[in-house]
Amino acid sequence: MWQTLHEELAGLNFMIIAVAMDSREGDPLPWIEAAKPTYVCLIDRDHRLADLYGVVNVPQAIWIDENGRIVRPAETAGAYEGFRRMNRATREMPEDVARTTAQARTTYLDAIRDWVRRGGASEHAFRPEEVRAHLPALNEDIATAQAMFRLGQFLIRRGEREEGDRWLGEASQRHPDSWCIWRQRAGVNDQGLAALPDFWQRVDALGDKRYYAHVDMKGMP
Amino acid sequence: MVTVLTESGEWPAAAAEASGDALWMSAREAEAATGWVAKPEGLCKGEICVPLPRGREQEFVRTGRMNLGALWRHLGHPVVHSARGDVWVLAQSARDRSASRQSLMAPDFTLPDAAGRQHSLSDHRGKKVLLVTWASW
Repeated sequence: MWQTLHEELAGLNFMIIAVAMDSREGDPLPWIEAAKPTYVCLIDRDHRLADLYGVVNVPQAIWIDENGRIVRPAETAGAYEGFRRMNRATREMPEDVARTTAQARTTYLDAIRDWVRRGGASEHAFRPEEVRAHLPALNEDIATAQAMFRLGQFLIRRGEREEGDRWLGEASQRHPDSWCIWRQRAGVNDQGLAALPDFWQRVDALGDKRYYAHVDMKGMP
Repeated sequence: MVTVLTESGEWPAAAAEASGDALWMSAREAEAATGWVAKPEGLCKGEICVPLPRGREQEFVRTGRMNLGALWRHLGHPVVHSARGDVWVLAQSARDRSASRQSLMAPDFTLPDAAGRQHSLSDHRGKKVLLVTWASW
Protein backbone atom coordinates (compact mmCIF):
# COMPACT_ATOMS: atom_id res chain seq x y z
CA MET A 1 0.00 0.00 0.00
CA TRP A 2 2.96 2.33 0.56
CA GLN A 3 4.20 2.00 -3.01
CA THR A 4 0.89 3.32 -4.41
CA LEU A 5 0.84 6.20 -1.94
CA HIS A 6 4.47 6.99 -2.67
CA GLU A 7 3.80 7.19 -6.41
CA GLU A 8 0.66 9.24 -5.92
CA LEU A 9 2.28 11.85 -3.65
CA ALA A 10 5.86 11.83 -4.91
CA GLY A 11 5.55 15.24 -6.60
CA LEU A 12 4.37 16.94 -3.40
CA ASN A 13 7.62 17.18 -1.46
CA PHE A 14 6.75 14.04 0.44
CA MET A 15 8.60 10.79 0.97
CA ILE A 16 8.15 7.45 2.65
CA ILE A 17 10.88 5.81 4.69
CA ALA A 18 9.92 2.23 5.52
CA VAL A 19 11.93 0.60 8.27
CA ALA A 20 11.98 -3.17 8.79
CA MET A 21 12.16 -4.01 12.50
CA ASP A 22 13.89 -7.29 11.75
CA SER A 23 16.80 -8.44 13.85
CA ARG A 24 17.73 -11.34 11.59
CA GLU A 25 19.36 -9.36 8.86
CA GLY A 26 18.41 -11.60 5.93
CA ASP A 27 14.74 -11.86 6.87
CA PRO A 28 13.35 -8.72 5.22
CA LEU A 29 15.36 -9.09 2.01
CA PRO A 30 13.01 -11.44 0.09
CA TRP A 31 10.08 -9.16 1.00
CA ILE A 32 11.92 -6.08 -0.20
CA GLU A 33 12.90 -7.85 -3.43
CA ALA A 34 9.34 -9.01 -4.07
CA ALA A 35 7.78 -5.58 -3.42
CA LYS A 36 10.39 -3.73 -5.49
CA PRO A 37 9.69 -0.50 -3.64
CA THR A 38 10.97 2.77 -5.06
CA TYR A 39 10.72 4.47 -1.67
CA VAL A 40 13.51 4.21 0.89
CA CYS A 41 13.58 0.86 2.72
CA LEU A 42 15.86 0.51 5.74
CA ILE A 43 16.65 -2.30 8.17
CA ASP A 44 16.69 -1.68 11.91
CA ARG A 45 17.99 -4.89 13.48
CA ASP A 46 18.67 -3.26 16.90
CA HIS A 47 15.27 -1.52 17.02
CA ARG A 48 16.74 1.93 17.16
CA LEU A 49 13.30 3.33 16.32
CA ALA A 50 11.86 1.68 19.41
CA ASP A 51 14.41 3.54 21.51
CA LEU A 52 14.06 6.89 19.77
CA TYR A 53 10.38 6.99 18.87
CA GLY A 54 8.72 4.48 21.19
CA VAL A 55 7.70 2.04 18.46
CA VAL A 56 6.18 -1.11 20.05
CA ASN A 57 4.51 -2.87 17.13
CA VAL A 58 4.30 -2.84 13.35
CA PRO A 59 2.96 -1.16 11.36
CA GLN A 60 3.43 2.03 13.35
CA ALA A 61 4.31 5.34 11.73
CA ILE A 62 5.52 8.82 12.64
CA TRP A 63 4.71 11.94 10.63
CA ILE A 64 7.60 14.41 10.32
CA ASP A 65 7.21 17.82 8.71
CA GLU A 66 9.61 19.73 6.44
CA ASN A 67 11.42 21.22 9.45
CA GLY A 68 12.05 17.86 11.06
CA ARG A 69 9.29 18.30 13.64
CA ILE A 70 7.03 15.45 14.65
CA VAL A 71 3.39 16.20 13.85
CA ARG A 72 2.08 12.74 14.75
CA PRO A 73 4.15 10.54 17.08
CA ALA A 74 4.39 6.74 16.75
CA GLU A 75 0.94 5.22 16.25
CA THR A 76 -0.75 2.36 14.43
CA ALA A 77 -0.45 3.00 10.69
CA GLY A 78 -3.74 2.00 9.10
CA ALA A 79 -3.96 -1.47 10.65
CA TYR A 80 -6.97 -2.87 12.46
CA GLU A 81 -7.04 -5.95 14.60
CA GLY A 82 -9.60 -7.78 12.51
CA PHE A 83 -7.35 -10.84 12.58
CA ARG A 84 -8.44 -11.43 16.17
CA ARG A 85 -11.90 -12.39 14.90
CA MET A 86 -10.60 -14.45 12.02
CA ASN A 87 -11.45 -18.14 11.87
CA ARG A 88 -8.08 -19.54 12.85
CA ALA A 89 -8.52 -22.78 10.94
CA THR A 90 -9.80 -21.40 7.63
CA ARG A 91 -8.29 -17.89 8.02
CA GLU A 92 -11.69 -16.53 6.94
CA MET A 93 -12.72 -13.08 8.11
CA PRO A 94 -16.33 -12.11 8.99
CA GLU A 95 -17.59 -9.54 6.51
CA ASP A 96 -18.11 -6.70 9.01
CA VAL A 97 -14.54 -7.14 10.22
CA ALA A 98 -13.22 -6.96 6.67
CA ARG A 99 -15.17 -3.70 6.21
CA THR A 100 -13.79 -2.20 9.43
CA THR A 101 -10.27 -3.20 8.43
CA ALA A 102 -10.69 -1.48 5.08
CA GLN A 103 -12.10 1.59 6.81
CA ALA A 104 -9.07 1.87 9.12
CA ARG A 105 -6.75 1.69 6.18
CA THR A 106 -8.65 4.18 4.01
CA THR A 107 -9.07 6.63 6.88
CA TYR A 108 -5.36 6.55 7.61
CA LEU A 109 -4.25 6.90 3.98
CA ASP A 110 -6.71 9.76 3.37
CA ALA A 111 -5.36 11.53 6.44
CA ILE A 112 -1.82 11.29 5.05
CA ARG A 113 -3.01 12.67 1.69
CA ASP A 114 -4.70 15.58 3.45
CA TRP A 115 -1.59 16.39 5.52
CA VAL A 116 0.70 16.17 2.50
CA ARG A 117 -1.51 18.61 0.57
CA ARG A 118 -2.42 20.99 3.39
CA GLY A 119 0.45 20.70 5.85
CA GLY A 120 -0.17 22.24 9.26
CA ALA A 121 -3.68 23.31 8.16
CA SER A 122 -4.70 19.66 7.99
CA GLU A 123 -6.90 18.60 10.92
CA HIS A 124 -4.76 15.47 11.14
CA ALA A 125 -1.53 17.34 11.85
CA PHE A 126 -1.35 17.67 15.62
CA ARG A 127 -0.49 20.99 17.24
CA PRO A 128 2.62 20.82 19.47
CA GLU A 129 0.66 20.34 22.70
CA GLU A 130 -1.36 17.57 21.04
CA VAL A 131 1.82 15.85 19.88
CA ARG A 132 3.13 15.94 23.46
CA ALA A 133 -0.12 14.51 24.75
CA HIS A 134 0.14 11.60 22.30
CA LEU A 135 3.82 10.72 22.87
CA PRO A 136 4.18 7.00 23.58
CA ALA A 137 4.81 5.75 27.11
CA LEU A 138 8.37 5.87 28.36
CA ASN A 139 9.72 4.86 31.76
CA GLU A 140 12.94 3.44 33.18
CA ASP A 141 11.77 -0.16 32.70
CA ILE A 142 11.22 0.53 29.01
CA ALA A 143 14.61 2.23 28.65
CA THR A 144 16.30 -0.71 30.40
CA ALA A 145 14.37 -3.21 28.26
CA GLN A 146 15.67 -1.55 25.09
CA ALA A 147 19.24 -1.72 26.45
CA MET A 148 18.78 -5.44 27.21
CA PHE A 149 17.34 -6.01 23.75
CA ARG A 150 20.38 -4.40 22.17
CA LEU A 151 22.75 -6.50 24.30
CA GLY A 152 20.86 -9.66 23.38
CA GLN A 153 20.95 -8.86 19.66
CA PHE A 154 24.67 -8.19 19.79
CA LEU A 155 25.36 -11.52 21.52
CA ILE A 156 23.13 -13.46 19.10
CA ARG A 157 24.90 -11.94 16.11
CA ARG A 158 28.18 -13.02 17.66
CA GLY A 159 26.93 -16.58 17.95
CA GLU A 160 26.08 -16.52 21.67
CA ARG A 161 22.45 -17.43 21.15
CA GLU A 162 21.70 -18.83 24.56
CA GLU A 163 22.72 -15.78 26.53
CA GLY A 164 21.35 -13.48 23.85
CA ASP A 165 17.92 -15.14 24.03
CA ARG A 166 17.97 -14.79 27.78
CA TRP A 167 18.44 -11.01 27.44
CA LEU A 168 15.61 -10.77 24.91
CA GLY A 169 13.40 -12.65 27.37
CA GLU A 170 14.30 -10.25 30.17
CA ALA A 171 13.69 -7.30 27.86
CA SER A 172 10.25 -8.63 26.98
CA GLN A 173 9.37 -9.07 30.65
CA ARG A 174 10.42 -5.51 31.42
CA HIS A 175 8.48 -4.10 28.48
CA PRO A 176 5.56 -6.47 27.93
CA ASP A 177 3.67 -3.96 25.76
CA SER A 178 6.32 -4.25 23.06
CA TRP A 179 5.33 -6.76 20.41
CA CYS A 180 8.50 -5.82 18.56
CA ILE A 181 10.63 -7.26 21.36
CA TRP A 182 8.44 -10.29 21.95
CA ARG A 183 8.13 -11.25 18.31
CA GLN A 184 11.86 -11.18 17.77
CA ARG A 185 12.06 -14.28 19.96
CA ALA A 186 8.86 -15.94 18.88
CA GLY A 187 8.80 -18.95 16.64
CA VAL A 188 7.60 -18.51 13.07
CA ASN A 189 5.33 -20.78 11.04
CA ASP A 190 6.10 -22.15 7.58
CA GLN A 191 5.09 -18.83 6.02
CA GLY A 192 7.64 -16.99 8.13
CA LEU A 193 4.90 -15.43 10.26
CA ALA A 194 4.88 -15.44 14.04
CA ALA A 195 1.41 -16.99 14.22
CA LEU A 196 2.14 -20.08 16.29
CA PRO A 197 0.01 -21.00 19.33
CA ASP A 198 2.10 -18.84 21.68
CA PHE A 199 1.27 -15.81 19.57
CA TRP A 200 -2.46 -16.49 19.76
CA GLN A 201 -2.18 -17.12 23.48
CA ARG A 202 -0.54 -13.77 23.99
CA VAL A 203 -3.11 -12.02 21.78
CA ASP A 204 -6.01 -13.67 23.60
CA ALA A 205 -4.51 -12.59 26.93
CA LEU A 206 -5.00 -8.97 25.84
CA GLY A 207 -8.72 -9.32 26.52
CA ASP A 208 -10.30 -5.94 25.84
CA LYS A 209 -6.94 -4.31 25.24
CA ARG A 210 -6.05 -3.53 21.65
CA TYR A 211 -3.31 -5.32 19.78
CA TYR A 212 -2.97 -2.30 17.48
CA ALA A 213 -3.36 0.70 19.79
CA HIS A 214 -6.34 2.88 18.88
CA VAL A 215 -5.47 5.92 16.77
CA ASP A 216 -6.89 9.31 17.70
CA MET A 217 -8.07 10.29 14.22
CA LYS A 218 -11.50 11.30 12.94
CA GLY A 219 -13.28 8.37 11.29
CA MET A 220 -10.90 5.74 12.68
CA PRO A 221 -12.63 2.59 13.97
CA MET B 1 38.67 -6.88 24.53
CA VAL B 2 35.45 -5.18 25.62
CA THR B 3 32.80 -3.85 23.22
CA VAL B 4 30.82 -0.87 24.42
CA LEU B 5 27.46 -0.09 22.78
CA THR B 6 26.41 3.54 23.17
CA GLU B 7 24.04 6.03 21.55
CA SER B 8 26.75 6.78 19.01
CA GLY B 9 27.52 3.19 17.99
CA GLU B 10 29.67 0.16 18.79
CA TRP B 11 33.07 0.86 20.32
CA PRO B 12 35.87 -1.67 20.75
CA ALA B 13 37.77 -0.79 23.91
CA ALA B 14 41.11 -2.57 23.89
CA ALA B 15 42.31 -1.11 27.17
CA ALA B 16 39.07 -1.63 29.09
CA GLU B 17 38.81 -3.82 32.20
CA ALA B 18 35.48 -5.05 33.44
CA SER B 19 34.90 -6.58 36.82
CA GLY B 20 31.48 -6.92 38.40
CA ASP B 21 29.63 -3.63 37.88
CA ALA B 22 32.82 -1.70 37.15
CA LEU B 23 33.91 -0.86 33.62
CA TRP B 24 37.25 0.89 33.64
CA MET B 25 38.19 2.49 30.34
CA SER B 26 41.09 4.64 29.28
CA ALA B 27 40.18 8.32 29.26
CA ARG B 28 40.66 8.41 25.51
CA GLU B 29 38.41 5.43 24.75
CA ALA B 30 35.81 6.61 27.23
CA GLU B 31 35.63 9.99 25.57
CA ALA B 32 35.39 8.50 22.07
CA ALA B 33 32.55 6.16 23.04
CA THR B 34 30.53 8.45 25.30
CA GLY B 35 31.83 12.03 25.16
CA TRP B 36 32.49 12.07 28.93
CA VAL B 37 35.84 13.46 30.17
CA ALA B 38 37.35 13.99 33.63
CA LYS B 39 37.95 17.63 34.59
CA PRO B 40 38.83 19.33 37.88
CA GLU B 41 35.12 20.18 38.39
CA GLY B 42 33.99 16.58 37.94
CA LEU B 43 32.98 14.44 34.99
CA CYS B 44 31.86 16.48 32.02
CA LYS B 45 30.15 16.00 28.70
CA GLY B 46 30.01 19.16 26.61
CA GLU B 47 28.59 21.91 28.79
CA ILE B 48 27.33 19.56 31.47
CA CYS B 49 29.49 18.67 34.47
CA VAL B 50 28.60 16.25 37.23
CA PRO B 51 30.52 16.71 40.50
CA LEU B 52 31.77 13.44 41.95
CA PRO B 53 30.46 12.41 45.37
CA ARG B 54 32.98 13.61 47.94
CA GLY B 55 35.22 10.86 49.25
CA ARG B 56 34.11 8.46 46.49
CA GLU B 57 36.11 10.00 43.64
CA GLN B 58 38.25 6.86 43.41
CA GLU B 59 35.19 4.85 42.39
CA PHE B 60 34.87 6.97 39.26
CA VAL B 61 38.29 8.25 38.24
CA ARG B 62 41.81 6.96 38.63
CA THR B 63 44.91 8.07 36.82
CA GLY B 64 44.03 8.22 33.15
CA ARG B 65 41.01 5.94 33.59
CA MET B 66 37.27 6.31 34.14
CA ASN B 67 34.72 3.84 35.52
CA LEU B 68 31.82 4.15 33.08
CA GLY B 69 29.77 1.50 34.87
CA ALA B 70 29.82 3.63 38.04
CA LEU B 71 29.23 6.85 36.11
CA TRP B 72 26.21 5.41 34.28
CA ARG B 73 24.61 4.20 37.51
CA HIS B 74 25.39 7.55 39.15
CA LEU B 75 23.62 9.32 36.26
CA GLY B 76 20.62 6.99 36.53
CA HIS B 77 21.09 5.65 33.00
CA PRO B 78 20.46 1.98 32.16
CA VAL B 79 23.65 -0.07 32.02
CA VAL B 80 23.66 -3.79 31.26
CA HIS B 81 26.51 -6.13 30.40
CA SER B 82 27.06 -9.71 29.27
CA ALA B 83 27.80 -12.42 31.84
CA ARG B 84 31.46 -12.38 30.86
CA GLY B 85 31.62 -8.59 31.07
CA ASP B 86 32.90 -8.29 27.52
CA VAL B 87 29.86 -6.48 26.07
CA TRP B 88 28.35 -3.41 27.74
CA VAL B 89 25.34 -1.31 26.77
CA LEU B 90 25.49 2.24 28.09
CA ALA B 91 22.01 3.53 27.33
CA GLN B 92 20.02 6.70 27.90
CA SER B 93 17.59 7.07 30.78
CA ALA B 94 13.88 7.50 30.18
CA ARG B 95 14.11 10.84 32.00
CA ASP B 96 16.67 12.22 29.53
CA ARG B 97 14.94 10.67 26.54
CA SER B 98 11.59 12.14 27.60
CA ALA B 99 13.17 15.55 27.98
CA SER B 100 14.52 15.45 24.44
CA ARG B 101 11.21 14.10 23.10
CA GLN B 102 9.50 17.22 24.48
CA SER B 103 11.29 19.30 21.83
CA LEU B 104 9.20 17.39 19.23
CA MET B 105 12.18 17.39 16.88
CA ALA B 106 12.41 14.00 15.16
CA PRO B 107 15.56 12.35 16.52
CA ASP B 108 18.06 11.57 13.78
CA PHE B 109 19.22 8.03 13.04
CA THR B 110 21.33 6.26 10.46
CA LEU B 111 20.32 2.83 9.20
CA PRO B 112 21.35 0.63 6.25
CA ASP B 113 19.19 -0.27 3.25
CA ALA B 114 19.10 -3.79 1.78
CA ALA B 115 22.30 -3.10 -0.16
CA GLY B 116 24.09 -1.97 2.99
CA ARG B 117 24.07 1.72 2.06
CA GLN B 118 23.61 4.02 5.07
CA HIS B 119 20.76 6.56 5.17
CA SER B 120 20.09 9.29 7.74
CA LEU B 121 16.74 10.86 8.42
CA SER B 122 18.42 14.27 8.39
CA ASP B 123 19.38 13.76 4.72
CA HIS B 124 15.72 14.42 3.92
CA ARG B 125 15.10 17.63 5.84
CA GLY B 126 12.89 19.90 3.72
CA LYS B 127 10.44 17.11 2.84
CA LYS B 128 7.49 15.72 4.70
CA VAL B 129 8.41 12.20 5.82
CA LEU B 130 6.17 9.27 6.65
CA LEU B 131 8.44 7.09 8.78
CA VAL B 132 6.70 3.73 8.82
CA THR B 133 7.74 0.44 10.41
CA TRP B 134 7.04 -3.07 9.18
CA ALA B 135 8.55 -6.50 9.68
CA SER B 136 8.77 -9.84 7.92
CA TRP B 137 7.37 -11.67 10.95
